[in-house]
Amino acid sequence: MAVKGVIKKGEYYDSVSLMLVAREATKLNGVEDAALMIGTKENKSILESSGLLIEEFKGASESDLLIVVKAKDELLASTAIQKVEELLKTKNLGSRESEEYMPKSLEGALEILPDANMVIVSVAGRYAAREAMKALEHGLHVMIFSDNVPKDKAFEVKKYGREHGLLVMGPDCGTAIINGAPLGFANVVNRGDIGIVSAAGTGLQEVSCIISNAGGGISQGIGTGGIDVKKDYQGMSFLTGLEALIDDPETKVITLVSKPPHPEVLEKIGEILKKTDKPVVAAFLGADPELVKKIGAIPAKDLEHASLLAVSISKGISMEDFEKEIGRKDGELKELASQLARKLTGEQKYFRGLFQGGTLVYETQVLLKDILGGINSNAPLDPSLKLEDSWKSVGHTAVDLGEDEFTVGRPHPQIDFELRNKRILNEANDPTVAIIYLDVVIGYGTNPNPAEELTPVIKKAREISNAIIIATVTGTDKDPQDKAKLISMLKDAGAVVFERNASATRLAGYILKSIGG
Amino acid sequence: MLANELFKKELKVINIGLLSFKESLDKEGVKTIQIDWKPPATEDEETLDALKKLLGNK
Repeated sequence: MAVKGVIKKGEYYDSVSLMLVAREATKLNGVEDAALMIGTKENKSILESSGLLIEEFKGASESDLLIVVKAKDELLASTAIQKVEELLKTKNLGSRESEEYMPKSLEGALEILPDANMVIVSVAGRYAAREAMKALEHGLHVMIFSDNVPKDKAFEVKKYGREHGLLVMGPDCGTAIINGAPLGFANVVNRGDIGIVSAAGTGLQEVSCIISNAGGGISQGIGTGGIDVKKDYQGMSFLTGLEALIDDPETKVITLVSKPPHPEVLEKIGEILKKTDKPVVAAFLGADPELVKKIGAIPAKDLEHASLLAVSISKGISMEDFEKEIGRKDGELKELASQLARKLTGEQKYFRGLFQGGTLVYETQVLLKDILGGINSNAPLDPSLKLEDSWKSVGHTAVDLGEDEFTVGRPHPQIDFELRNKRILNEANDPTVAIIYLDVVIGYGTNPNPAEELTPVIKKAREISNAIIIATVTGTDKDPQDKAKLISMLKDAGAVVFERNASATRLAGYILKSIGG
Repeated sequence: MLANELFKKELKVINIGLLSFKESLDKEGVKTIQIDWKPPATEDEETLDALKKLLGNK
């Protein structure tokens, strides 16, 4: 086995592009492993743990690109490295070889596109606020996808946006839909009269998809990042987004999505709601419905409930018919649960949820809390339920694979399926596991072929264990991945498939209830 | 431009960072310019802030 590497001085590529080339490199003849990384301290330690940190990499800096290949012999390794360099060039991933001119600064970009109105920032967190502030000072709205933005800087950009009536979506805002365009991790949804403000990225994806799949449509989907509704930030982005939807003549129904906002923020939302007659549905997951009513919003139990409520209001369906339909669906879930539960052995009793979506893992915990009493997690509802080791499940467990401990030096789990795939097989090897629960979030920004990534692993898990595999897909028929094919492949592999996390979670809850979990 | 005015305009985007976000918007027919962004030569935020102040550019 030979490990060979090169340093490309001063070359910068984004992490997703590098992962895609590294993936292609591992498929080359004789190649066992390959990595392309910027020479940060964290990346060097990742390379070291995989046995890929060659001597000359030790002195590399953050402005260097490291390419390393482990192959059967020296010649195959050298050939692979050559190929990787060609791939980087032909894919136009850098800039110099690109046919399209790329300006070096915001001012340069504005010369080419003087009427630009939105800037998306996804550079490393410590640089993101500076880029966002420059955009705001030019009167542009911003979406800051980057996380790990220093607190004071995040506050500064949000405050500037609030004072100048500009949208500051983020930091750590994964999703937005503006004027029908999907920004970041977002789905292609129908346009319509339902406007969403969301302090929860996957929450916005789930709600916009359920609305669209149920025949409704989205006017605007404004993301804010989860921290926005905390005390320190006073909902500055959330409030600006909400006011914009109130003033927008295309928006007839407003849907709010978040973990429970801080009481002071909730009060401020209430103040703004006094100024509108538009119906407002709020899915503040786990919040007291009475508090939600008090601020003048219609409380929803979960994301599915919020979405369907919004569609019903938008279409003028009576609440009575709406509730009847929800009750009928719930009856079907209970029946399916009792059928599935019969296949389990007495030893199988635990729920193991492996999530790509931060809001979905939260929603599932909220919904299962009453049935199971509590679920262990790396992102638990109650601090006492925090997993000691995020890599090991204990009892009922729901893991958020988007948390920092899983993403340092790696793309988001909605792009990179490797870690979860390994974990699925670990859970399948545990004879006490009754349910393996997976979310699959599709749309722009996410993995282009989730079916290919996931179905072989589900099949393998089914060979090892008779645990019930439940999968919930967040997406629409218009997304770039073929949703219908994905669902049919997941079903063929042996999974029970839903398109709404709340329904899928309730099924899991009813199964566990019927086996005495 | 206030947010509700943005909703009446054609969205035009400047993308700084992940190239895949520009590619998605290209596919959806949204006019997007990618900035050829590189980390700044100096890592030191404080020095940079001080420099900006000296140059009179807040």
